[in-house]
Amino acid sequence: MWLQEGKPYVLKVVREAEQRLIRDGSRNKEYLSITGIPAFNKLSAKLILGEDSPAIHEKRVCTAQCLSGTGSLRVGAEFLAKHYPQKVIYIPTPTWGNHPKVFTLGGLQVKSYRYYDPKTRGLDYEGLLDDLRAAPSDAVVLLHACAHNPTGVDPTREQWEGIRQIIRSKNMLPFFDSAYQGFASGSLDEDAHAVRLFAADGGECLIAQSYAKNMGLYGERVGALSIVCASESVATRVDSQLKLVIRPMYSNPPIHGAAIVATVLGDRGLYQEWTVELKAMADRIIRMRHLLYEALRARGTPGNWEHIIKQIGMFTFTGLTKEQVNFMTKEYHVYMTSDGRISMAGLSSRTVPHLANAIHAAVTKRV
Amino acid sequence: MLEKGENKEYLPIEGLAAFNKATAELLLGADNPVIKEGRIATVQGLSGTGSLRLAAAFIQRYLPGVKVLISSPTWGNHKNILNDAGVPWSEYRYFDPKTVGLDFDGMLADMKDAPNGSIILLHGCAHNPTGIDPTTEQWDIIADVIQEKEHIAFFDVAYQGFASGSLDEDANSVRRFAARGMELFVAQSYSKNLGLYAERIGATNVITTSPELALRIKSQLKRLARPMYSNPPVHGARIVANVVGDPALFDEWRAEMQLMAGRIKQVRQKLYDELVAKDKSGKDWSFILKQIGMFSFTGLSQSQSENMTNKWHVYMTKDGRISLAGLSSAKCGYLADAIIDSYYNVQ
Repeated sequence: MWLQEGKPYVLKVVREAEQRLIRDGSRNKEYLSITGIPAFNKLSAKLILGEDSPAIHEKRVCTAQCLSGTGSLRVGAEFLAKHYPQKVIYIPTPTWGNHPKVFTLGGLQVKSYRYYDPKTRGLDYEGLLDDLRAAPSDAVVLLHACAHNPTGVDPTREQWEGIRQIIRSKNMLPFFDSAYQGFASGSLDEDAHAVRLFAADGGECLIAQSYAKNMGLYGERVGALSIVCASESVATRVDSQLKLVIRPMYSNPPIHGAAIVATVLGDRGLYQEWTVELKAMADRIIRMRHLLYEALRARGTPGNWEHIIKQIGMFTFTGLTKEQVNFMTKEYHVYMTSDGRISMAGLSSRTVPHLANAIHAAVTKRV
Repeated sequence: MLEKGENKEYLPIEGLAAFNKATAELLLGADNPVIKEGRIATVQGLSGTGSLRLAAAFIQRYLPGVKVLISSPTWGNHKNILNDAGVPWSEYRYFDPKTVGLDFDGMLADMKDAPNGSIILLHGCAHNPTGIDPTTEQWDIIADVIQEKEHIAFFDVAYQGFASGSLDEDANSVRRFAARGMELFVAQSYSKNLGLYAERIGATNVITTSPELALRIKSQLKRLARPMYSNPPVHGARIVANVVGDPALFDEWRAEMQLMAGRIKQVRQKLYDELVAKDKSGKDWSFILKQIGMFSFTGLSQSQSENMTNKWHVYMTKDGRISLAGLSSAKCGYLADAIIDSYYNVQ
């Protein structure tokens, strides 16, 4: 997370929460329970599912504090590999680089479904639906809750509903990766829309939450795995099985980051302040998107660059080729991945013109 | 740390460099040739459990089919870690109920019986749950057998400094093995010795024969860590690095450890004195003094242990293990009464 000046940034509410924790003389460093801080778990479930979630009220949600998004995904994978009959997970093409190994080493077979359409630089919705239709019933399906990484392409609300219908009709099990709640659109509720759509229909799902980006707690490794179950008794049994997965992995989770999150989420004033800081971070990225888009239009750069402002989150899939990317790195010292993905979070109003020049040069030089 | 206002950026997959340097030096001694020659790969891990699990994942991938031998008994989670990592294991004899001490002959026989190139999981000091450690002479013989059989020693070091009060003394077993040029796995934990339990700070170390191998091993450990948790938590690592890196803090820590270890030794002595005073049968209770660390294996059976809890409200595990860390001097007399009653009056 970078400020305009390019320095790593710690949220004000996080600093405030840390001060409160240090001043609280009653705290110690005794082991947490295997599934972590109970208040943290309750607040995390509420954050993603909503205050009025029927699943929470019916006690059908079991939540375990885990090591950020990765740890939550891995614990979920190992749990499914041990207990779920259909040990295959479908992941979008493309997806975060670490997803395949997390699931494979977790014991699941990994298959893909179509997602990104390079022609439109948007969602290959029909391809996605076709691939899910062709997949076996009961398969697990990985869904990015919002701000798809790496493409920034999210389904619309209508498309989410279509996806939900296919998944539920085939009795598939959705596994959400929620790494950007609040950080994508600026609204915590808006960014939880897809997860809540599925949770509200009474079906089961898994949700891996990360506080790395939206609370800037990257290195503290804070996250949560929530499993929405069919009934309270299933949730109780799932909780006990999760402990059996976690204990041989790392015994119990690290306290510091989760205590910060619980402090922020549990305090009305801090929570409010957080939503304001979050909106500012999201707005900054959206502003960078518009700045870059305008800069390319001002230069008359050939091509349609609307996807820059249509895509959402930290990353943009520019559609630039590997050769164009190499050119930009060599000639303009622009660092990006060879699939054409740029990090919007790393841009500032000072650096946008340079990036626009680089893109313009790469596209017009016909490399 | 708060005043410094450090940021919360991701650590690299292998963890905080300052911590990794400090932890290897604590384990082996800063001027150990293994460190000077770069023959050690150190990766920050999630306390002891996480470090054991990462090493087990490495063993599963690069030493497929090789069995790990664990002591009978051992920490309850060892077998779960190996099972979930997909590593086969079997037990070597360790606790001798007749002497309430080490079954050394049994231990050596089981190590010799195992196929060459097996992995032997050893507790660096303060064996959990028995509190029974080999003597230095016994460690040397164990190392001889391991070398003859081309086994690999895998040390679980959860109590360095906390057992005897001396960091160097408690690392004696690991250092003697390393001095022979043996390849070793070592899992470290700072839960007890720095009281950092919930911060989950430890390390996986692999000591090998060349710096090139160490680099390659480190790279493979990273490939296993990334799909598990991406990179480790920063907070506990910074605390350790700060304590070890500041001479004043380091000295304070050493003093605190000596205090903690000293208190446990004192309580062992008190308990022994009470037992000898109250038990006129002449039974040898000296194992209480010979054992080391937080735990003591009393030699009580399951039903005797249950009597301790049901009749005397003494909470202990069914294998006869008591925690000395939870025992105050004032309670030693009561505990002695409970032990004597359970030992003599319950079958």
